[in-house]
Amino acid sequence: METAPKPGRGGPPKEDKPQAKRKVAAWVEANAALGLGASDRARARGFRSGSGSGLPIGLGLRVRRKPQRYWEGEAPPAAAGASPGPPRKKARTREPRPPRSKSAHPAKKSRLRQKPRAPKDAPDPKRRPQRTLSGAQDPFPGPAPAPVEGARKFCRIDKSRTLPHSKPKTRSKLETAEAQEEEASVRAARAELLLTEEPGFLEGEDGEDTAKILQTDVVGAVDIASAAKHFDLNLRQFGPYRLNYSRTGRHLALGGRRGHVAALDWVTKKLMCEINVMEAVQDIHFLHSEALLAVAQNRWLYIYDNQGIELHCIRRCDRVTRLEFLPFHFLLATCSETGFLTYLDVSVGKIVTALNARAGRLSVMAQNPYNAVIHLGHSNGTVSLWSPAVKEPLAKILCHRGAVRAVAVDSTGTYMATSGLDHQLKIFDLRGTFQPLSARTLPQGAGHVAFSQRGLLAAGMGDVVNIWAGQGKASSPSLEQPYLTHRLSGRVHGLQFCPFEDVLGVGHSGGITSMLVPGSAEPNFDGLENNPYRSRKQRQEWEVKALLEKVPAELICLDPRALAEVDVVSLEQQKKERIERLGYDPDAKAPFQPKAKQKGRSSTASLVKRKKKVMDQEHRDKVRQSLEQQQQQKQETTKPPRARPSALDRFVR
Amino acid sequence: MKVKMLSRNPDDYVRETKLDIQRVPRNYDPTLHPFEVPREYVRALNATKLERVFAKPFLASLDGHRDGVNCLAKHPKSLTTVLSGACDGEVKIWNLTKRKCVRTIQAHEGFVRGICTRFCGTSFFTVGDDKTVKQWKMDGPGYGEEEEPLHTILGKTVYTGIDHHWKDPAFATCGQQVDIWDEQRTNPICSMNWGFDSISSVKFNPIETYLLGSCASDRNIVLYDMRQATPLKKVVLDMRTNTICWNPMEAFHFTAANEDYNLYTFDMRALDIPVMVHMDHVSAVLDVDYSPTGKEFVSASFDKSIRIFPVDKSRSREVYHTKRMQHVICVKWTSDSKYIMCGSDEMNIRLWKANASEKLGVLTSREKAANDYNQKLKEKFQYHPHVKRIARHRHLPKSIYSQIQEQRVMKEARRRKEMNRRKHSKPGSVPIVSERKKHVVAVVK
Repeated sequence: METAPKPGRGGPPKEDKPQAKRKVAAWVEANAALGLGASDRARARGFRSGSGSGLPIGLGLRVRRKPQRYWEGEAPPAAAGASPGPPRKKARTREPRPPRSKSAHPAKKSRLRQKPRAPKDAPDPKRRPQRTLSGAQDPFPGPAPAPVEGARKFCRIDKSRTLPHSKPKTRSKLETAEAQEEEASVRAARAELLLTEEPGFLEGEDGEDTAKILQTDVVGAVDIASAAKHFDLNLRQFGPYRLNYSRTGRHLALGGRRGHVAALDWVTKKLMCEINVMEAVQDIHFLHSEALLAVAQNRWLYIYDNQGIELHCIRRCDRVTRLEFLPFHFLLATCSETGFLTYLDVSVGKIVTALNARAGRLSVMAQNPYNAVIHLGHSNGTVSLWSPAVKEPLAKILCHRGAVRAVAVDSTGTYMATSGLDHQLKIFDLRGTFQPLSARTLPQGAGHVAFSQRGLLAAGMGDVVNIWAGQGKASSPSLEQPYLTHRLSGRVHGLQFCPFEDVLGVGHSGGITSMLVPGSAEPNFDGLENNPYRSRKQRQEWEVKALLEKVPAELICLDPRALAEVDVVSLEQQKKERIERLGYDPDAKAPFQPKAKQKGRSSTASLVKRKKKVMDQEHRDKVRQSLEQQQQQKQETTKPPRARPSALDRFVR
Repeated sequence: MKVKMLSRNPDDYVRETKLDIQRVPRNYDPTLHPFEVPREYVRALNATKLERVFAKPFLASLDGHRDGVNCLAKHPKSLTTVLSGACDGEVKIWNLTKRKCVRTIQAHEGFVRGICTRFCGTSFFTVGDDKTVKQWKMDGPGYGEEEEPLHTILGKTVYTGIDHHWKDPAFATCGQQVDIWDEQRTNPICSMNWGFDSISSVKFNPIETYLLGSCASDRNIVLYDMRQATPLKKVVLDMRTNTICWNPMEAFHFTAANEDYNLYTFDMRALDIPVMVHMDHVSAVLDVDYSPTGKEFVSASFDKSIRIFPVDKSRSREVYHTKRMQHVICVKWTSDSKYIMCGSDEMNIRLWKANASEKLGVLTSREKAANDYNQKLKEKFQYHPHVKRIARHRHLPKSIYSQIQEQRVMKEARRRKEMNRRKHSKPGSVPIVSERKKHVVAVVK
C-alpha cells in the first residue's frame, strides 16, 4: 500500500533498527491503550497492507508502519521491513485463522474490511484510509467523488468559452466566481441523492408494444391509490370541455362549451364550485393559485374565485379564444378573435400591452415555460413568438403548409411541437435555429398537443389520444412509435398533463377523462415552488413571496439569462463617449519609456536605440497580425460557394 | 407488462401534528426553478430598496460641552468609554451605552488641542493652548481627593497635537517641532524638525510602532523614525494637510486629510504618486480615522458632513449629515468597527452606525442567512443601472448639493480648457497628467 514489502527476510539496515523498534513499541502500546484485542489488531493490519501489496493475506511479509496519531499529519512510512521479530511472528501465526468470536467491534470490522478495497487498483495517496483516535478507519477516505454527469445539469456557466482578457483583479474575481459556481453545481448534484421518489415507467415484456396496452390493463396492474387517479366524468349535456390543472397539480378546472364551469380537488374528488355561466365558454385557466379562475366567455373575460363568485368582468378583453397564464410575471395572456394578443397583469389589474398580431383570428396559443414567450399559431402556417416588451414578433417560423392547429412547448424550452391542417406533426428545436427535428404525417391530423414535465408528447386526433415518449427528460420525443394510445367517447377538445402526477387530463365532447400515463410527471417537487401538499398557511406565505419577486413584463425575451451577461454594446458605447469627452483614451497603453540603467549605459543614444527597438518590435507584431487577418479573410472568401439557400431548407431533416 | 406509477404517500409530505414544522422537500433541478436570473434580479432590487428604507444611521447625540468639541479619543480596552476635549479647555469622559458624561475635568486654559490614551487604558494625556502636557488617571479621584493631573509638563511653546506610542511608555507631541517624550522625564528625548512651521498633528504607526508621521502648515507631510534623530522623508502637496491616519492593517499606508477637499492615501515607500485620491467633500477635510478592519475610513469636513470611503475607491460610499450638525472637527471609528463618533462645532458629539441600514442587536440565524443572501444579491447585480441608481441615491443638504454642482461645472471648464490647449499646441507639449500625480508637488528625502 504505502511501502513495498522487502523481498528478502534479511534484517533492516542497522542504523534504522533502534528507531523502528521504538516505533513498533509505541504502536503496540497505543493499541493496548485503545483496548483492541491482539487478533483484531493483526487482522486489521493484515487486510490493510494486503490490499495494496497484492500478496496473499497470511504470508507474513507484512510491513508494519508507524500508526498515525490524530495530532500528526501524514507520517512518512517507516523503513521497509523494519519490524523486529516477535510482533511479526504473532501476526503471522494469527493471520490465517478464521475470525473467531467477534470480540471487539464485529459489525464495524466487517464493514471496514469491505469498503476500502474498492479503489485499490489506483493507490491514491489522498484516499489512504486514516486511523482516527478510536482506532477505527475512515471507510470513505478523502474527498467525496464528484458526480460529473449529474453536475452538468446544474452547471450555469459555459466552460467552453474562455475568460475575456481583463485586468488581473477582475480576472481573479471571475475565476473565483467560476470556481464557486462549479462547486455549487457539484453540491447540488450530490444532493440529488436525497430525492425520494422515482419516476414511473411502463415496459412491455419482450417485444410487446406498449401502445397496445389498454388503460383498463394499466389500471388493473397499478396500486389502488394510482388506480383511483383514472376516472371518467360523463358530462354529455354541456359538451366539449376545456380543462386546466392548477400549478401544483392538485386542482382541476373544467369549462364546457355550453356554460358549465366547475373546479374540483381532483385527488380527493372534492368539488369546490360548480356553476353555469349561461354563455359559451371558450377557455378556462387557473391564475397563480387555485383560488382564482379566469374564464373566457363568449363576450368578455371573467374572473371567478374558487366558490364560483364572479370577481371581475374584464371588458377590455373581448371575444377571447385562448388563455395562458405566466406565473412568474403574473400576466394573463389572452388571444382573441379580433386578432389581439393582450397581456393582463393580474396582480394590479392593469392591461400591460395589447399587441395586434395582424394575422386574423387567433385561436392557437402556447407559452414557453422557459422564457415566458407566447407562441401563436396562424392560419398561414406560421408560428410567431411574442413578448410584451416588443410590438413586433420576436421570431416567425414557417411550420406548415396549411394552417397551424396546435402548438406546445416543453418545460425546458427546447422543443416545440406543432400540428397543422396538412396532417403533419412536427417537432422544432427552439435553441436559436428553429429547425424541425422530426416530423410525422398523421392519418387524421392532431387538433391538440401537449408536453408533459418529463417530455412526453400527447396529441389528440379526433377521439384518439396518442402519446410519444423520448429517451429522457431533456430529449425530444421520437415520433416513430407511440408510447400509449387511448380512444375516448367523444372528440378531444382539450389536453393537459397534470403536473407532478402521472396523469393526462383530456376534455372531450363526452366529458372529462383522466388517463394514466406512467412516467409523464416529475416525481420530486420543490416544496418552495409548487407543493401539492401545501397547507393554507403555506400557500399564503408562498403567495406573498411570489408577489414580492414578480418579474417585470419588460424582462421577457428569448434568453432569460441575458440579464446576467455583460452588456458589451453599451459598455463600448460608454467607453467611446468617455474617450471623446476626455480627448484621450485613459486605458490606452502608455508608450514605452526605457528605464535608466547604470554604468553609463543610459546615454541618450542608447536610450533612443532601446526605445526604437521596442517600437520596431511592436510594429512588426502589428503587421504580422494584420497579414494573418487578411489571409483568413481570403480563405473565407475562397470557400466553395454553396448552392443558393432555399426557404425549404428548414424542412430538411 | 411492467408498470410503475408515481404514487406518493402523503404521510411523507405532510406534518404529523400541528406541533411539528411543515415538511418542505427540495429539488434543485433548474427546470423546476425557471427565470432564475430575472427573479434574482428582482430580489436584488428589493433588497437594495429595503436597504435604503432602513438606512437610519443616527443613533445619539451626546451634549454637555460648553464649547466646540476639538478632539476625541477612544479607550484602548473599553468599547463604552470615549474621551473628548473642547475648545474651552474641558475634557469629558463619556459612557456610550448610557450615553452620559461620567466625568468632567477642566484640563487646560484655552483649547484642548490634543488628547490620547495610554495603550494600557489606565491614563490619558492632554495638550492645550496653555503650553502644558498633562497626564490624567482614567479613574476619577477618590472621595475627598482633588481632581489633579498625575504629571504636568510645562513646555516653551504651544503644543498642537499628541499621540502615544502603541507599545512603549513614550509619546510624541507636535507644535513648532515634533518632540518624543519618555513618560518618566520632563524633557523630550528627541526633537525633530524640518523647516520652520507649525505642525498640526502627529500620529504613530500602529504596526511599525517606531514610525510616525506629521503634517505641517507648509503643505508637507513628514515621516520620522523614532530610533534616529532626523526625519525620514517628506512629501509636499498642493495645499495643507490637516491630519493623517495610518491604516491599522497595512503598515505602509496612510491617508491624509487635505485642505483642497480631497483625501490622499499614500504608500510611504512611494510617496510621489498617492495610491488613491478620494474626492467628494466640498470643503476642507478636517479629520480622518480608519476602521479597525483597514478597509474603510471616515472623514470629517468643514462642509458639515462626514463621509465613509472604501480605501480602494475614490468616491465615498456614504455621507452623513443632520440639520443641526455644524463644521465637524473630529471623527473616530470605534474599535468594534460598528459605530462612528464625530465631534462638531456646535458642542455635540454624535454617534452614528457605520453601516447605515444594519440592524442592531442579536440576529436570529434566519435573519443572518437572509442578510447574507441579500448582500450577495446586491453584490451580484450592483452594476445594473436601476440597482446602482437606488443604491447610490442620497439626500443632501441644499448647500452641499449646490456646491457639488458648482464644482462639477468648474472641473468641466478646467478640463475643457486643458483639452483645447492640448489641441492647439505642439503634440506632447501639454502632457496628460493623471489626477493622482497632479497634487504632489515634491518628495524630499
